[in-house]
Amino acid sequence: MRTFAYLRPPTLDQTVAALADPEAKPYLLAGGTDLIVRLRRGHLRPTVVIDTKGVRDLHDEIMPVGEGLRFGARVTMTSIIGDARVRKHFQALVDAASVVGSVQIRNRATLTGNICNASPAADTVPALLIYEGVANVVGPGGSRSIPLAGFFTGPGRTVLGRGELLESVDLPFPKAPVGAAFGRITRRRGVDLATINLCGLVSSDGTARFAFGAVAPTPLVSSDESGALAAGRSDAVARSAALRGLFANARPITDVRGSREYRAAMLEVMTERTWQLAAARLNERLRSSGS
Amino acid sequence: MSGGTMPVRIKVNGRPFDLEIPPHHTLLDVLRDDVRLTGTKECCSEGECGACTVLVNGQAACSCLVLAVELDGQTVTTIEGLASDGTLDPIQEAFVSTGAVQCGFCIPGMIVAARQLLASNPNPSRAEIQEGLAGNLCRCGGYSRILDAVALAASSRR
Repeated sequence: MRTFAYLRPPTLDQTVAALADPEAKPYLLAGGTDLIVRLRRGHLRPTVVIDTKGVRDLHDEIMPVGEGLRFGARVTMTSIIGDARVRKHFQALVDAASVVGSVQIRNRATLTGNICNASPAADTVPALLIYEGVANVVGPGGSRSIPLAGFFTGPGRTVLGRGELLESVDLPFPKAPVGAAFGRITRRRGVDLATINLCGLVSSDGTARFAFGAVAPTPLVSSDESGALAAGRSDAVARSAALRGLFANARPITDVRGSREYRAAMLEVMTERTWQLAAARLNERLRSSGS
Repeated sequence: MSGGTMPVRIKVNGRPFDLEIPPHHTLLDVLRDDVRLTGTKECCSEGECGACTVLVNGQAACSCLVLAVELDGQTVTTIEGLASDGTLDPIQEAFVSTGAVQCGFCIPGMIVAARQLLASNPNPSRAEIQEGLAGNLCRCGGYSRILDAVALAASSRR
């Protein structure tokens, strides 16, 4: 690995200043599970690595905020999986975080790192998209909040400008009862990147929102308000058409993990399965709250 | 600052070490080359194989994916820290008595990963053991006995 300077600033202001330094080629270190691999391979050659772990205002906690939960910049996959509030309100996020890497990776990998890495195959991103996550960004010009649906601009690229960092992510509690599910295809069960991944959310008001990873340069999110995807509907023809409409913008490519054709075929299969599980979870939720 | 070293104090297996470390050296480098504990193995160097697994503040981590400078003031447990007073940890005993050790290269990582698994889930199912060790590869393919060993260690603790 090439050498670099290591900074561990105590405040957010100092972190932003170090990131914005025009003389430096800085890179932010959170969990390090992606960054250190890329440093070793020489894919990234920063002059300075800025560690978020000493920054007082970057939290490793999941906090209630308004009508939702706020995930601080240093929240790990392991903390997400173990949090009862996240399990209750954002089950698909727990399911997604549970398959990232291995126990060793999940203990250090952060949610914000998974987002900012901006891999089209990031496992937690489809979940954050169906729950309408919002990125809280801080930078030299102050703070701004951006819906995650508009955060990604290409593989490895986001709207973050020079000196900006992702301070936290907010997930609002769904307004109506919902069922949500995560699905993915990998070549092997453990420690693999997704060939495709997706999340589906079915709401008791009859609408559905799905998000897909690894089938386009950025994660895709789309909604259906026709009612054809309501949990109680049994019209398989209308449902199939509505589900296909959700991934109409997918443009899968061929790479080491799968061919374009395989991805396209699996999109159809996995979207149906994910809808089935999300609808079943909604029905279960409605039954248990009604009884 | 590039090219220089930084002071790092790490407690390894209960013993404090005051080191001067270049920022780009990983915890794995430092454990093997500076602390001189070579039980932690280097294999894939990208977090896939688990051979370099150690506990950082009690949580399993791939030491190849952690910079040593990140751990200033923190606590690391390696395979060498599991036995006490010359007596093997029950997980180590179980690996020996089950015959789970073939070439042995993956075993330190397997045992440290099993240690976190059993600390957080003292009575795991077979599937939970598989999940807990999913980040550890064995090139000899000795998985069934490794899983048996962890199950035995869990039952012997009860």
